[in-house]
Amino acid sequence: MPPSLAVWKFASCDGCQLTVLDCEDELLTLAEQVRIAAFPEASSAVVAGPYDVSLVEGSITTPVDERRIKEIRAQSGVLVAIGACATAGGIQALRNFADVAEFASVVYARPDYIHTLATSTPASAHVRVDYELRGCPIDRGQLLDTLAALLVGRKPRLPAATVCTECKRAGVTCVTVAEGIACLGPVTHAGCGALCPRHHRGCYGCFGPMATPQMPAMIPLLHRDGMSGDDVDRVFGTFNVTAFDEERASDDERGGR
Amino acid sequence: MTRSSRTLRVGALTRVEGEGALHVELRDGIPELVELNIYEPPRFFEAFLRGRAYTEPPDLTARICGICPVAYQVSACNAIESACGATLDADLLALRRLLYCGEWIHSHALHIYLLHAPDFLGAPDVIAVAREHREAVLRGLALKKAGNRLMELIGGRSIHPINVRLGGFYSTPTRAELAPIAEELRRALDDALATVAWVAGFDFPELTVEHELLALSAERYAIEDGVIARSDGPGFAVAEFSEHVRETQVPHSTALHATLDGRRHLTGPLARYTLNYDALSPLAREAATSAGLGRECRNPFRSIIVRAVEVVYAVEEALRIIESYQRPVRPFVDVEARPGVGHGVSEAPRGLLYHRYRIDDDGLIAEADIVPPTAQNQAAIEDDLARVVVAAGGLDNAALTAMCERAIRNYDPCISCSTHFLTLTVNRR
Repeated sequence: MPPSLAVWKFASCDGCQLTVLDCEDELLTLAEQVRIAAFPEASSAVVAGPYDVSLVEGSITTPVDERRIKEIRAQSGVLVAIGACATAGGIQALRNFADVAEFASVVYARPDYIHTLATSTPASAHVRVDYELRGCPIDRGQLLDTLAALLVGRKPRLPAATVCTECKRAGVTCVTVAEGIACLGPVTHAGCGALCPRHHRGCYGCFGPMATPQMPAMIPLLHRDGMSGDDVDRVFGTFNVTAFDEERASDDERGGR
Repeated sequence: MTRSSRTLRVGALTRVEGEGALHVELRDGIPELVELNIYEPPRFFEAFLRGRAYTEPPDLTARICGICPVAYQVSACNAIESACGATLDADLLALRRLLYCGEWIHSHALHIYLLHAPDFLGAPDVIAVAREHREAVLRGLALKKAGNRLMELIGGRSIHPINVRLGGFYSTPTRAELAPIAEELRRALDDALATVAWVAGFDFPELTVEHELLALSAERYAIEDGVIARSDGPGFAVAEFSEHVRETQVPHSTALHATLDGRRHLTGPLARYTLNYDALSPLAREAATSAGLGRECRNPFRSIIVRAVEVVYAVEEALRIIESYQRPVRPFVDVEARPGVGHGVSEAPRGLLYHRYRIDDDGLIAEADIVPPTAQNQAAIEDDLARVVVAAGGLDNAALTAMCERAIRNYDPCISCSTHFLTLTVNRR
């Protein structure tokens, strides 16, 4: 019996699980190597657990989902969180820094019907997570490598380098040095292949912070390259807002900004 | 005569984008309650967009939907460029349309082959379909891939493209860089025509819907912009959208529905095709005719054919744009912040997507309003469900429930998109 794979959705845009279906060349082969036991977006046939591998997309934002992530963990041999929502709470974690009741009143005519938590949190805030694929969205190559690794029993290759490192290795002209374009590459987790600099754009951090980001060195550079204090807050306040906020807060504690 | 009551429930709809449930109550074959319940958690986009820089909505709203991010980026750009009085160069608009063609090809191929076709072939998913129709599935995957590659070439990546900005792009491809994708698209055109022929051979339940149709209209088949057209009267200006399309609350459900002048309406492929038939290319019209479609299509089950015809159009249109492409003289035009209100629309694969922003004196977003196609279609979906359960009342519960799910999938509903808009009903069984 081939190992079983399940794909689960929490609060998200569906883009990371769509990445599974975007493996057009590999999808049918993958379906021969693993048994896709639960993938509601792609199949009406949902098999009960346990599952050898679960991919979890999305963040935890409701009381029901707080329970559901624990049930999925209990049913899963390996649990892989895929994408910024599942690894950092996603852009919907902007509520963590605001009044969620006020947010609901802006969007809904009857906010009293909304049963939502005050926070959007990653899977790891609730259960043990075995691997995390970063990115908004995740990289298709990293996803395939991770699934292949789990199939053969090796560790997935998830380099802890920065976008800046990837960019240098790819031989892309540095947008900051050459043109003074503000770029988060030096503090952002690798994995995208330096997409933005390749397109003449500064990295905007959609893979979240690398393991040991030098925020006190980064922020003055952003100011030098034309960003105001509010601009800096906004650029870090997107899809990985909680993860970058944590890094900036710990730097504040170490020595102030 | 004994009175009979039946309850149909689907706790978690499958092969749709997002999380929804279905609840139908029948008494003596008459539907008493028909609800498409959305329990997708709300993400509050319109709330957190306030206070963001006017340049940010294209990147931020893309994250509403991983399947149609370009639709969000383009409607946001259209709205903000309009508020700021910016006009794009013709060659930049052509490139934006080219990117959007990629999204139509990818999204439609995904729905046709991976989400919708299994319904017609009695299979739970595309993997099962591939056991008996491997060639067809390989063709579908190749077609989908061509759309994705086009998006990657212009947008950097297909999910949440990074190369789109107000006023145009961060960088533009050279003519030589487009040559390989043109080759892939020429093959895709054959695949698209074969797709029309393939889906035309499916069996379609009879259903004719009378919903009013709403779609953009333009000189060319409307994709990245247009004026608003409707089936039952003259169209209206984009700036008047919210006067006509309103959120209303209905008694049987806690969900909010969008209505057009107080009545249910339909947006998406059926509406686009029926209102813009004459703007289709001769080849796309020919494919439609050979598949048995007339000038209009009002059977939602046949929407799979309309999507296939639209893929033919999008591939051909992409080839046409590439053929006449010259690298734009500049990658973007400057869009200076200006206080005011802007409205923007475009045709997402699932239908008309409206954005409105108010920009304040500091160049920050003061208000945001987004009306996605699935929110607009919800009343039409529920109306179709009521008709389907009456027409197919002879089926047993399992078969009737499956038919209801099909009626929902006809619309390719994008539930993640609609959740800022629909009330949460937690009913997981």
